[in-house]
Amino acid sequence: MMLACDNLAIRRGQAEVVRGISAELRPGTITAIVGPNGAGKSSLLMGLAGLLPAESGAVRLDGTPLTELASRERACRIGYLPQSTEIAWDVAVENLVALGRMPHRDRGSEPVEAAIRVMELEELRTRPASQLSGGETSRALLARVLAGEPQWILADEPLAALDLAHQITLIDHLKSCARSGMGVVIVLHDLAMAMNHADRVQVLEEGALAADGTAQEALTPETIARVWGADVEWIGMPGRQAIVASSRD
Amino acid sequence: MNRAALIFAALLVVLVPLSLLAGRVWIDPATTPNAALILMELRLPRAVLAIVIGGGLGAAGAAMQGYLRNPLADPGLFGIAPMAALGAVASFWVGASWALPVFALAGAGLAMVLLALVAGRTPSGAGGGIALFTLAGLMIASLAGALTALAITMAPSAFAMSQIVLWLNGALTDRSWDEVWIAAPLTLAGIAVLVFAARSLDALTLGEDAARSLGIDPRVLLFLLVAGVGLTVGSGVAVAGIIGFVGLIVPHLVRPLTDRLPSSLLLPSALAGACLVLAADSAVRVLPFVTELRLGIALSLVGAPFFLWLLLRMRRGRL
Repeated sequence: MMLACDNLAIRRGQAEVVRGISAELRPGTITAIVGPNGAGKSSLLMGLAGLLPAESGAVRLDGTPLTELASRERACRIGYLPQSTEIAWDVAVENLVALGRMPHRDRGSEPVEAAIRVMELEELRTRPASQLSGGETSRALLARVLAGEPQWILADEPLAALDLAHQITLIDHLKSCARSGMGVVIVLHDLAMAMNHADRVQVLEEGALAADGTAQEALTPETIARVWGADVEWIGMPGRQAIVASSRD
Repeated sequence: MNRAALIFAALLVVLVPLSLLAGRVWIDPATTPNAALILMELRLPRAVLAIVIGGGLGAAGAAMQGYLRNPLADPGLFGIAPMAALGAVASFWVGASWALPVFALAGAGLAMVLLALVAGRTPSGAGGGIALFTLAGLMIASLAGALTALAITMAPSAFAMSQIVLWLNGALTDRSWDEVWIAAPLTLAGIAVLVFAARSLDALTLGEDAARSLGIDPRVLLFLLVAGVGLTVGSGVAVAGIIGFVGLIVPHLVRPLTDRLPSSLLLPSALAGACLVLAADSAVRVLPFVTELRLGIALSLVGAPFFLWLLLRMRRGRL
């Protein structure tokens, strides 16, 4: 179930926010999309989810252009988690998670229960959304995506509102999703998280790919200096690396 | 049918006989002369009309609040009710008040066409579509309000002016089965359309982008909403004038009794709206005023303080 884009370009208003991106993303892996503010990360993710129309090029799921899939079928196969943690009504967690079944047109109690269990929300299941912490809200929203049993999870900065402990928990959950055969694509700001946890990293600069490969290949100090304008170096062991400013002496 | 729907259905069962008997003259079926005639030709059509209009306004309010994700949204926001009112006013103006419901429905239909044209041009996928569409609805409402005011100030006669003003205040006085046959099928069709759209409204709880990722087509949802609100509100205005605040208040009263998702709120809101308008119409008949208090005025008198209380409660973060 390959998710691929071919010379994808996306325009939002007057601006071309994604320019000529081609990539083949494999299931069973975590792909991180990174880049400076305004590089087009969220637009690329929405394009991959079929939520923004391509101005040119195409996104294909297992060879079929997303535009040829019915929106419901696309929704069954691609779960999208937006950056916004907006929940309009004070819905209980279990009802929130059950919204993930909407494309399947069932209440799917088993997948909903499984998602609640995986995200460790059992004790919060009847709690209204307004009484959840930021971390609990993020877990509930990710559980909503998991309840849809998608083949692909596309998440826009899922770690943004979380403290360190919850960031680690959430990334572990995403890794277990990938291990179970799902494809995971996440937009990240934290380059160390991308370096240590992603199987593949795509670096975006002004809507175009500046680097694409394994984390070690894509996030070199040279690339970071060119794209972010920051002079940095990596310290630590592979898999447990941290990013620090380069020493000037 | 959920718990809230059962509660309001039971309340309606209690209210209907009370409403039939209540009035300036209380009816005792055993002793009142012509009781059967009064009940069948005056009280019953009026009660049915109250249920139909209240049900439509309640359902439309719940749908609008779900769509706009805002507890302060009201069916009037789309400009359908003001356009229906403008159509009705036009019928007085041209001296065809006998065809008032047709003119009002034409006004509502025109508003729906305008909204559909705007909806068709609302960009999908770029976000902000709902805000743009709501602003368009407000503009239609504003334009219809201005034209109605113009029609009042330039009324061909003092009688026409008084007729227009009186009608705009909304009432169920002297309505017959004719009005029921106009409003009931259209309102029921509107509620059915809104029920069909209800699960899509649930998805909007998570925001526009998440809803689209769940397979919801925002344009289809928008067309369903325009059709549903247009049919319910337009037919209500066509037979009873403007009756405000029902669509705003009712979903609030009902929401705590449900799981708060729009799909759970729709039918209970329709039933609660029916209860509210039926009770209010019974009350205005019983209150000892020289002339019967207009239903629209009575509901606004209760509704405006409620709206204020709601705003203050929201400021304290209890909503």
